[in-house]
Amino acid sequence: MIPALLELRGIQKIFPGCIANDDIDLTIAPGEIHALLGENGAGKSTLVKMIYGVLRPDQGEILWRGESIQIDNPASARALGIGMVFQHFSLFESMTTLENVALALPAQNLDLLRVQLEKTANEYGLKLHPDRYVYDLSMGERQRIEIVRCLLQDPKLLILDEPTSVLTPQESDVLFETLRKLVAEGRSILYISHKLEEVRALCGQATILRGGKRVDNCVPVEETAQSLAEKMIGRRVEPIQDRETPMSTQKRLVVSNLSKRSDELHGTDIQDVTFTVHAGEILGIAGIAGNGQTELMAALTGETGPPQSGSIEIENQDATAMAPMDRRQLGAVFVPEERIGQAAVSNLSLIQNSFLTSGKRMGFISAGIIDWSAVDAYTGHILDRFDVRATGRDALASSLSGGNLQKFIVGREILQTPQLIVVSQPTWGVDAGAAAAIHEQIQGLVANGAAALVISQDLDEIFGLCDQIAVISQGNLSTPRPAAEITTEAVGLLMGASNHASGDALANA
Amino acid sequence: MPLEMPLLTLEARATPSASAAWLSPLLALTLTAITGAAIFLVMGKSPGIALYIYFIEPLTSWSGLSEVLVKAGPLILIGVGLSIGFRAGIWNIGAEGQFIAGALLGSAPAIFFYESANPLILPLMMLLGILGGMGWAAIPAVLKTRFNANEILVSLMLVYVAELLLIHLVQGPWRNPQGWGFPGTRMFPDAALLPVLFSGYRIHLGTIIAIVLPLLVWFALAKTQFGFQIKVFGSAPLAARHAGIGEKRMIWVTLMIGGGLAGLAGVIEASSTIGQLVPKISPGYGFTAIIVAFLGRLHPVGALLAGIAIAVTYIGGEGAQISAGLPKAVTGLFQGIILFYLLAFDLLTRYRLTRITISKSAT
Amino acid sequence: MTELIIASIMTIMTAATPLIFAATGELICEKSGVLNLGVEGMMLIGAVFGFAAVTVTGAPVLGVFAGALAGIFASLIFGFLTLSLLSNQVATGLALTIFGTGLSALFGLEYVGKTIEQIEPIHIPLLTDLPIVGRILFGHDPLIYLAIAILGLTAWFLRRTRAGMVLRAVGDSDYSAHAIGYPVIAIRYAAVAFGGAMAGLGGAYLSLAYTPLWAENMSAGRGWIALALVVFASWRPSRVLLGAMLFGGITILQLNAQAAGFGIPASYMSMLPYIATIVVLVLISRDSTRIRLNAPACLGRAFRAER
Repeated sequence: MIPALLELRGIQKIFPGCIANDDIDLTIAPGEIHALLGENGAGKSTLVKMIYGVLRPDQGEILWRGESIQIDNPASARALGIGMVFQHFSLFESMTTLENVALALPAQNLDLLRVQLEKTANEYGLKLHPDRYVYDLSMGERQRIEIVRCLLQDPKLLILDEPTSVLTPQESDVLFETLRKLVAEGRSILYISHKLEEVRALCGQATILRGGKRVDNCVPVEETAQSLAEKMIGRRVEPIQDRETPMSTQKRLVVSNLSKRSDELHGTDIQDVTFTVHAGEILGIAGIAGNGQTELMAALTGETGPPQSGSIEIENQDATAMAPMDRRQLGAVFVPEERIGQAAVSNLSLIQNSFLTSGKRMGFISAGIIDWSAVDAYTGHILDRFDVRATGRDALASSLSGGNLQKFIVGREILQTPQLIVVSQPTWGVDAGAAAAIHEQIQGLVANGAAALVISQDLDEIFGLCDQIAVISQGNLSTPRPAAEITTEAVGLLMGASNHASGDALANA
Repeated sequence: MPLEMPLLTLEARATPSASAAWLSPLLALTLTAITGAAIFLVMGKSPGIALYIYFIEPLTSWSGLSEVLVKAGPLILIGVGLSIGFRAGIWNIGAEGQFIAGALLGSAPAIFFYESANPLILPLMMLLGILGGMGWAAIPAVLKTRFNANEILVSLMLVYVAELLLIHLVQGPWRNPQGWGFPGTRMFPDAALLPVLFSGYRIHLGTIIAIVLPLLVWFALAKTQFGFQIKVFGSAPLAARHAGIGEKRMIWVTLMIGGGLAGLAGVIEASSTIGQLVPKISPGYGFTAIIVAFLGRLHPVGALLAGIAIAVTYIGGEGAQISAGLPKAVTGLFQGIILFYLLAFDLLTRYRLTRITISKSAT
Repeated sequence: MTELIIASIMTIMTAATPLIFAATGELICEKSGVLNLGVEGMMLIGAVFGFAAVTVTGAPVLGVFAGALAGIFASLIFGFLTLSLLSNQVATGLALTIFGTGLSALFGLEYVGKTIEQIEPIHIPLLTDLPIVGRILFGHDPLIYLAIAILGLTAWFLRRTRAGMVLRAVGDSDYSAHAIGYPVIAIRYAAVAFGGAMAGLGGAYLSLAYTPLWAENMSAGRGWIALALVVFASWRPSRVLLGAMLFGGITILQLNAQAAGFGIPASYMSMLPYIATIVVLVLISRDSTRIRLNAPACLGRAFRAER
C-alpha cells in the first residue's frame, strides 16, 4: 500500500480560553483533493497553519510520507513540498508581482525567475503581469499570484483556504480546472471550504470539523448538500424563509447618480450609482470584496464626508451633505463591514459600545452629560433580545466571538427602531446559528415596514434574503432587478464585469 | 522520551488588568529607585543617603512639601492637558513651547503696565496666557488638519522657535532697562503676582488651581459625551468616524486643551515664583509633563499624583546638588528610566505571563 | 568669490553630514516598520561616548566606534521595549530621547570644557590641490565620505539586494512576512540597531568633527530634523542627501547672515532651520497620497506572532 502523503494524528492546539483543535486525525492520499469542511470557528485555519508551520501543535504527530516530522516554520514546510494559498493573502501590496513571488522562494536571480514565472503561469492558464504592483490588482489576480508562487516550488501538497470566497462563479470554474490539472499530475490538494456544492463537485474525500473536533470523514459525492451541512453544523439547517414582499411605493432611501472618490490609498471610487429602496423591501448588492462596497457604505453613512456629485435622500429628506448622526436622526441605521474597530471598539465595554451609535437617537445625552444607567438598561435589552452570549454588560467587545459580536451590533441598531437599515457583509465569518438569527431579525424589521439594503459577497445570502438584486463591480452598480428574474450566472457575469455598460449588456443578454 | 520544557510566554488578557494598570507606575518608581541606587554606587556615592535626599527628604518638612507642590503645579497642569491629547492619539510633544508662548503673551500686561495696580491685570494675564498657549498649539493643529503635517515634529520644532523668541525678547525689546544688562524683563508689579497663601511658604493660587483642575477634568471625562468621544477617537479612529466624531474637531480640541493648559502653566510660573520673564523660565516642564502624563496613566487624577511624584525628584535633585554634590543631570536620567520601566510594565496590563509546558518528543 | 563658494560647499557638507547619518539610519528602521522617535537621544549618547573615547584614548577611530556602539546600545533598549514587550513606539521613542538627554548630560559632566583634536579633512597630494574641484571632491574629513558611502550602500541595499527586499516586505506587511516564514522581530531588531549605530555616528560626528567639544544638548534638535528628513525624502535614500544638503545650506546661510549682520536679530536667524523643517514638512505632507504611497504600511504598528 502506498503510504499517505500527509497524516495527522491526534493534533491538539490550545489558545488562551479555547481549544482550537482537539485530537484531530486527517489523512491525505497522493493525487487527492481532500476537503476540510467546517463552519467559521470550527478550527480549519488553525489546523492548516500547523501543517504549514505557522503555528506549532501542542500535541500530536504529523507524518509526511509515513515519517514522523516536525514542521518548524513555513520554510521547512515548503522544503517538504507543502504550499499554501492563504484566505487573507500573504502578499505585499506595495511590491510587484515578481517581488512577491521571489520573496516566497529561495534566493535567485530575478530575471530568471521572471521567465519561470511567465512559463508556469501560462502552463496553468493563470494570467499574471510580473511588474504590476499588488495594490493595483483584483482579488482574483492576487489569488493567482499566491497559486503561482506555490507552483513554482513544485509542491506535492497544495493547501487552499476558502479560495472561492473572492471569486465570481465563473472565476471559480477556471480555478477548479487548474486544480484538476494539478491533481492529474499526482499532486494532492487540501481544500478548505464551507461551500458544500463546490466540495461535492471537486473533492474526493472530506474531513469535517465542528467546534475544534473532527466529527466525520466522508466521500462528498455520496452525500447531499443537506447531509453535509448537518454534519458540519450538528443539527438540521433551515434555509432562509421566503416571505411575502409587501408592495409599497414609499421610498425610504433614494440614491441618485452618486459619485464619491475613495479616501483609501488603493480604494475604488464609486461612480454614478443610482438605486431606490422602498418600504418593506430588501435590496441586495452583490460583488467581490474590494469593488467599492466599503466606499458605498461610507458614502451612505456620511462618515467620509459629502460625495463629489449625486444625491442621497433618506425618508424623502436630502441627506447628501449630512453628518452621520444627522442621517441616523432621519431614521437610518448602519452596520458596517468591520466589526472590530469600526462598528465596535474592542477595548470598550458593551455598555459603552451600545452608546456609540445610539446615544443621540435614543436620547441618552442631556446637556452633554451621558445617562449611563439608561445605556446600561438598553444594553441589557440588546443582550436579551438578540441572545448575545457575553460574560456581562461590562464585558469588552473584544471578548465576544465574531457571531455574538455581530448579533450585538445588529441588535444595537435594530432596537433603535429604524425605518432604514444598511448592512454590509451581515454574516461574514459568522457561525450558522448566528447567521440565521441575524437574517431573521432583518426580515422581521422589514416586515414591519422598514427598508433594508444588504451588501454581501455571499451569493447564497443575497439570493436567499433579498427581493431586488444589484451587482457592484469596480465602483459601478448594475440596475437592480427582482431576485426572481435574475440567475446566479448572470450575477456572476456582472460581478466580473469591468464596466457599467458591458455589465448591463450581459445581464440583458 | 518526552521532554518537559517550561517556558514563559505572554498571554493576552480578555480584559486589561485594572490592578496592573495602577501597579505598574508604582513598580516603575520602585525599580527606578533601585536603578538609581546602582547609579549612585557607580558614582561613588552612598546609595542610601542619596536615595533619601532624592525621594524622602523633600517630604520631611513643611517647606519641602510646599516646594514640591509649587514645582508640581506646572507639571500637573501640562500633564493633564497632554493626557487628554495622548488618549485621543494626538501627540503634542511641544508643550514646552506652548508653556513659553503662554508665559510670553500672559506676561505682556505686566511688562507694559509695570506700574499698574489694577486688580484686573491678573485675570487678564491668565487669559492671555491660555490664549498664548492655544495660539502656539494652533500652528500644529492648522498644519495637521489642513496639510496633514505630523504634529509631533511640528510641535517640537516650535519649542526651539519659542525658546529663541523668548531669548530675543528678554535680551532685546523687553529687557529691563534697570537690569544692568542682565537678560530678563522688569519685575512684575504686585498686582500682577499670584497671591501667596501662607506667609513663609511659596504655595500660591496657581498651585491650588493645579490641584483642583484634575478633579474637574476627571468628572468631565467620565460623565460627558466629550470624554467618551476622546476615548473612542484614541482607541479606534474608524469607529469614531463611523459614529460621527469628526477627526479635525478632535485634533483641534485636544491641541487647544493641551496648549491652553500649558500656556496657563507658563503664565502662572512667570507671575508667581519668578515674577518676571527670564531666558530659562522652564527647567523642561513641557517635556517632563510627558512623563507625568504617562506615569499618571493618561488619567487626570493620575497626572496629579504623578506630577507630585516627579516634583519630589526635582526638589530632591536640587537638594542632592547642594548637600551631596550630585549633579542635577541625574534627575533627567531618572525621568527617562521611569518612563522605560513604565512602558515595560504596561505589558502586564495587556498580557499575562504564563508558564507553559511543551512536550516535545526528543530523539 | 570662487573661494567663498568653495568654502560654503565645504561647510554645507559638514552641517549636512550628521543629518545624513541619522536620517539614513532612521530610514532603514522605518522601512522595516519601526518608528523610532529617539534619534535625538541616540545622537546625544553617541556624541558624548564618542567624545569620551577620544579623550581617554586619543584615537579618533575609537571615538567613532564608541559613538556607533553607544547608539546601538541605546537603540536596543528601544527595540526590547517595542519589539519584545510591544510597548507603544511613539511613547518609547520619546522616552529614549528623554533618557538619552539625561544620560548624556550626566555622563558628559566631566567632559564639559575639555578639548580634543578635531578630525581633520583629508589631503591627497595632487588631487586635493586641483583647482576648484580638488577640495570639493577630495578635501573633506573622512567621516563625510563614510556618510555618503553608507547612504549609497543603503540605496543599493534596498533596491538591489534580496535582504533589502525582505526588509521592505517586513515593513509593508508584517503578517504576510511572518506567514511566509520570515523572522519579523529579528529583522526589525537589526534595523533598529542599524538606526542606533547611524544616529550614534551622527552624534559622534558633532562632537569629534563638527565642533570638537562636548556640550549638553549639543545636537540641538538635529535628531528631530533627521526624522523630518525621512518624511521629506519619502523614504528614498537619494532624497535624504538632497534634504540634508538643503538643511546644511540653511544652517550656513543663517551663520553667514549673522556674521554679515543684516540687522535681523540673531535669535530670529537661529530659528531658520526649525521653521524650514516645518515648511518642508507642510509642503511634503500636503500630498497625502504620496506620503501614504511611500510610507511603510506597518510603520509604528506593534507585531506579535502567534505561535
